[in-house]
Parts: sequence; C-alpha cells; structure tokens
Amino acid sequence: MTSLPLNDATGAVVVDQPRKLRQTRETPDKIFRGVTTGSGVIVLAIMTFVGLFLAIRATQALKKAGFSFLTTQSWDTNNFNFGIAAVLTGTILIALVAICVAVPLSTATALYITEYAPARMRKVFISVIDLMAAIPSVVYGLWGFFFLQAKVAPVSAWIAQHFGWIPIFSVKGVNSDTPISSYTLFTSSTLIAGLVVGMMITPVVTSIMREVFSQVPVGEREGALGLGATKWGVIKSVVLPFGKGGMIGGTMLGLGRALGETIAVYMIISPVFTIQPHILQSGAISVSSLIALQFQEANHFGLSALMAAGLALFLMTLVINFCASSVVARSRSGASS
Amino acid sequence: MTQTALRPTAPASATEVVDAAAVAPVAEKRRQTSGVRIGDLLTLVGALIGSLALTSFLATQLVPIHGFLAFFVVAYAVFVGIYSLLVWLDEPGPVVLDRVVAILVQSGAFLLVIALASVLIYTVIKGASAVWHPNFYTQDLTVTGSKDPLTTGGVMHAIVGTLTQISIALLVTIPLGVTTALFLSEVPGPFSRFVRTIVEAMTALPSIVAGLFILATLILMLGFDKSGLAAGLAITVMMLPIMIRAADVVFRLVPGTLKEASLGLGASQFKTVMNVVLPTSRSGLMTAIILATARGIGETSPVLLTAGYTASLNKNPFSGPMVSLPLVVFQLVKSPEPTMVARGFGTAVVLMVLVLILFVLARVVGAQDVAKKAARKKRRAALRARLSSLHLSIPGRHRSTPDA
Repeated sequence: MTSLPLNDATGAVVVDQPRKLRQTRETPDKIFRGVTTGSGVIVLAIMTFVGLFLAIRATQALKKAGFSFLTTQSWDTNNFNFGIAAVLTGTILIALVAICVAVPLSTATALYITEYAPARMRKVFISVIDLMAAIPSVVYGLWGFFFLQAKVAPVSAWIAQHFGWIPIFSVKGVNSDTPISSYTLFTSSTLIAGLVVGMMITPVVTSIMREVFSQVPVGEREGALGLGATKWGVIKSVVLPFGKGGMIGGTMLGLGRALGETIAVYMIISPVFTIQPHILQSGAISVSSLIALQFQEANHFGLSALMAAGLALFLMTLVINFCASSVVARSRSGASS
Repeated sequence: MTQTALRPTAPASATEVVDAAAVAPVAEKRRQTSGVRIGDLLTLVGALIGSLALTSFLATQLVPIHGFLAFFVVAYAVFVGIYSLLVWLDEPGPVVLDRVVAILVQSGAFLLVIALASVLIYTVIKGASAVWHPNFYTQDLTVTGSKDPLTTGGVMHAIVGTLTQISIALLVTIPLGVTTALFLSEVPGPFSRFVRTIVEAMTALPSIVAGLFILATLILMLGFDKSGLAAGLAITVMMLPIMIRAADVVFRLVPGTLKEASLGLGASQFKTVMNVVLPTSRSGLMTAIILATARGIGETSPVLLTAGYTASLNKNPFSGPMVSLPLVVFQLVKSPEPTMVARGFGTAVVLMVLVLILFVLARVVGAQDVAKKAARKKRRAALRARLSSLHLSIPGRHRSTPDA
C-alpha cells in the first residue's frame, strides 16, 4: 500500500499510518477458518510423521551400525554388515546420467515449443509432453528392459572398446583389440537405467522450462531482434538468461524425481553392492531399488536398516527440492509461479 | 507484417491446469518472424544425403559400427558437421551458428517425441495379443498356470484393485486437498506460507518412501494387514501434494475483484468461498483432481510395499493383499514365459488407456471456461439459425432443440 506524504499544520511531512482494523468474524467464518487451518495442520503433520516414523524405525539399525552406515558398501543385515555407500553412489550416478539425458532434451524441446514450432504444432507438442508426464513409470521400465537394453548394449560395447581408456567408460574384460563376443557385459548397467529414468523425467523438466520460456517479455525479445539479433541471438541473450532460474529449478526437481525412482530402475539393473563407477558395466543399485528388492525377505532388523536407507533418500531429495524451490523463487522468471 | 502473421502467445499460465481466460488478458502478441527459403531446404537435404553416404562408408569400410543406434548417432554427428559447413559457405558467422542451433533444437525435440512415441507404440504392439481376449477383463489369474494360453486368465483383480485403491485415495485427497488449498489461498499468513513450503517439499517425496511410511505406521505399528486400504493411503500421501499445489494455483487465479465484490456486498468469507471462489474455479479444480488421479494410478512401489501381490480377486480393501495394475505389470513381466510377459504388456496397455481417458477428461473439463462456453453457445445459436432456415427441407423436424 502506498501512503501519501501529507503536510500537517506545522509544515512537517507526516506519513499516513495504516490503522488497525477491528473485525469480528461470524460463526461460519470461524468454522471455515478452523477447518481449513486444521487441514493445513494435518498435511503438515503427515509430512512431519513421514520423517519422524522413518527416523524412529531406523534408530535400531543406525545405533547398531553407527558411522559405518555411511561407509559400508555391502548390505548384509544378518551379520550387521551394511551401509549405504554403494547404494547412495549408485543412486546419484543413475540420477546424474538421467540428468545428462534429460536436460539437453528438455531444453531443446522447450525451446522448440516456445521459439521454433508453428502455432498449431505447439499445442500438439504441449499436450503430448504433458501426457507423457502422466505415463506410469512401470511402462517406461518395460520399454527400457525389453526394448532399449538390446539397442543400447552395442553402443555401450563400442564406447567401451574405443573409449575404455576414460575411467568411467572402462569395462572389465574388454580391451580394444579383442572382438566382443556377447553384450551381456553391457546390459543392466547404470547407463541404461539412467537413460530410462532420464526419459521419465524429461517431460516434467520440459514442462517447467516451457512455462518459464513462454513468460519471457515480448518487449525484450523484440528489442533484441530490432538490434539485429538472430533467433539464436535472442535465445542466448534474452530467453536463456530470463529462464535461468526456472531451468535450474526444473532440473533440480527432475533430479529429485530421478533419485527417488524405483520400479524402472529395479526392472533394469542387476544389483551389485559395491561402488560401481563404470557406468557402462552391467550391475548397479539405487536406494529405492534396494528397498523394493529386500523388504520382503527382511526380518525386523533388516526392515529397520531399510528404513534407515529410506530416511537417507528422503533427506537427500528434501534438500535438493528445497534448493530447487529457493533458486526458482529468487530468479526473475520464478516470481509468477 | 500482415495480419495473418499475427498469432497469440501461449497463455502465461503457471501450470497446465490453469484456465487461460481466468488470467488477465494477454497484453502483447508475439509475431512470427521466420520464413523458409528454398536454398535452406536444399542445404538441409544435401547435408542429410551426404551424412548418410559418409556414415555408410565409415560403417562398412573403416570402423565397424554395431547396431542401428550407433549408426544413427554417428550419422547425426556427421550431418551436423556437413550442414554447418554448407551454411558456412555462403552465410556469415552468426547465421551459421543460428542455423546449427536451430537444427540441434529441432532434432532434440523430435528425438524426444520419437522416443516417447516408441515407448507407447512398443508397449501397445507387445500387449496387443493379450488385450483382444474378453477373458482378459473378466477373469483373474488364480487358475492360470504360467504356460496357459492367453484365452484363460485376466487382470480383473488388478482393475478392481486399482479402482478401489484410487477411490480410497480420492476419498481422503479431495476434501483434505481442497481445504488445505483453500487455507493456503484464503487464510494468508506466516503459517500458511510455511505449510506451502512443506507441501512443495512433499512433492519430492520418493514414492517408495511413502510406501515405507505407511508400512511403518499402519502395518508395523498399528498392526493392520497388508491391504488395499494401506495401499490407498500410501497413494494418498503421493497424491496430496500434487492436488494441493494444483488447487492452490487455481484458487489464486480467481480474480480478486470478484472476491472483493462479494465481500463488499457484505457476504462473509465462507459465503464468498462457497459462492464465488469454488464455482469460479470448478473446472480448474476438476482438472487438478483428474491429473492427481492419473499420477496416483501409476504408482507401483507404494502398492508393492503395502498391499502385497495376489493372483486372485479381492474386493475387500480392509484385509488381504490387493494388487493394482502397475504392480501386476511388474510381477508378470518378471516371468520367463512369453504368454505371461504378453499379459504384462496387455496390463500396461489397460493402464495407459485408463490414464489416457483421465487425461482427455482433464483436458475437456479444463477447457470449459466462460469464454469458450460463450463461444460454443454462439456457434450453436448460429447452427440453429441455419437449421431453422432449412426447417422445411428436413422432414419430421418441427422445432429446434432447446438450448441445454
């Protein structure tokens, strides 16, 4: 509220102060406020309980394991030798591969929709992308397991053969001289799991980026064009700087999704409980697939250990999401969302 | 710039559930500035042919390339190289960069669409053999052995389970989600801002953690069975934040002037919400509900943890395992038998059709804003006028249909 400076009798400037308003609310209003506030409290409670109960359930295992929970690679709860070093690394690697796939694709698609596509195509594209965001993850898992695996394995083999000297591309049992007999070394790898998860998060990231790009002020765009910029010039100097916050935020939201993805990863990987930095090699693991894999056979203590792993995942996604929303909120383009 | 070159911008909406007409009118329009020259097309075609030829030569003569995907990747890299070379021959530097970026962006977008389409098409092709048998929708898998043909057994139990679980989830989500969203938009203050932050954080909750939470509380602590109820509640935890955020955006789009008019006439806040806010945002709210439902239906891992797998039909959500469609897909495709895998793909098709129906429903409901309704009414009136002028030529038609 803007206040007008007024001159009082002595000529000094006084600023009009907002006055306190007294209002009495009627009973329906009180009930309305009470009910809605109550719902807010319930939602808050659910969220708190998620963290709280996971923590309570996890204490047993965490007490037993202590600090080694963060450094142990294996998952042998019967002999109290377990930890999340391998699963957490695997989760992050899969998510990073997914982000490397999703961000260029999403940026290209979002730019295409807002900058290049003819008006009629634009609507079709938006609908298709939004629909894809609603496709269940198990369908992506099916596609990855039965279709993509066989298609990617030769490419992995080729990369391993010719670029094996780069550490993350090296695969045991492959060198550039011997011909590759079978592709079993290359299926069920971090790369393939990451590709599938990347496909899953691309629609989500795309729609966030598209929202942001479509809000770029027309005046700035046309200003750049008027100064003689090419389309790429406009994108580079106006669209991308304006949308930077939304792009980072969208990417981080996608990363949060990718870290938590269960079923598609579970279907594709073959679990190994060692830190596996070779993304082309068969064998990987993630926290959520560990939980899905182990919870049926787990005894009371094993379940507690799984809860601890779940808690770690929960905290990790929470931190990333908070970072994402603060980045978006601080950026110029995030103000309206 | 001619009039035909003008086109409206995409509405500056925050999410897909937003009604365009509810937003303030779009002030500026973007103009289409591109045009295509024949030379550009020829460059493109030339680069395409050249890259295919060069890659074929590479693949067959120099470096052996295994598989279609590898060939495609190499061909694409060669294509971009040749294309930029061709453009560079007769254009200045910035234009070359512009063209190359255009190619990269467009091919990226089409690659995504092709990949996503391949997800759908592959699933449909593999599932096609199962979905044509009527028994697929009327039987469960109790008596079906792993080698039985597709003419026995079906996924009725999963369809029933999915519908039951989503109903439970919706029973909780709709009232709780709508009232919470009302709290966020109608009772502003530090506390509601805090709740909004928490809701935003909740959208990042991994689905398996939601399942673990229900497993820890309802099943391990309160001693409930693994049941449809538990699965429904786990799905609720996943759906709530989506629902609240979408509904919050919809409520905040209700024009302030409308609310102020209602309050200025002496209505209470409750009356304003009931008579202004909710009716104005009805279609957006429906869209929010449907989209949250579509997301909830596809969740696998919470159901895996909280409801267990069963091959038989269980109509009771309070006891005994109850499967959902995604969980059945997940279990069936683990089987080594091709018929079971085909059933799994068939189930995935059923699931996708369900999601598609919900999605189309959301689009149709979401499109029902005031401006479009008025336009439709106008069209209908014009049609009626034309029909009544043809009145005599249509036998048996004595009066126009009353307006719905």
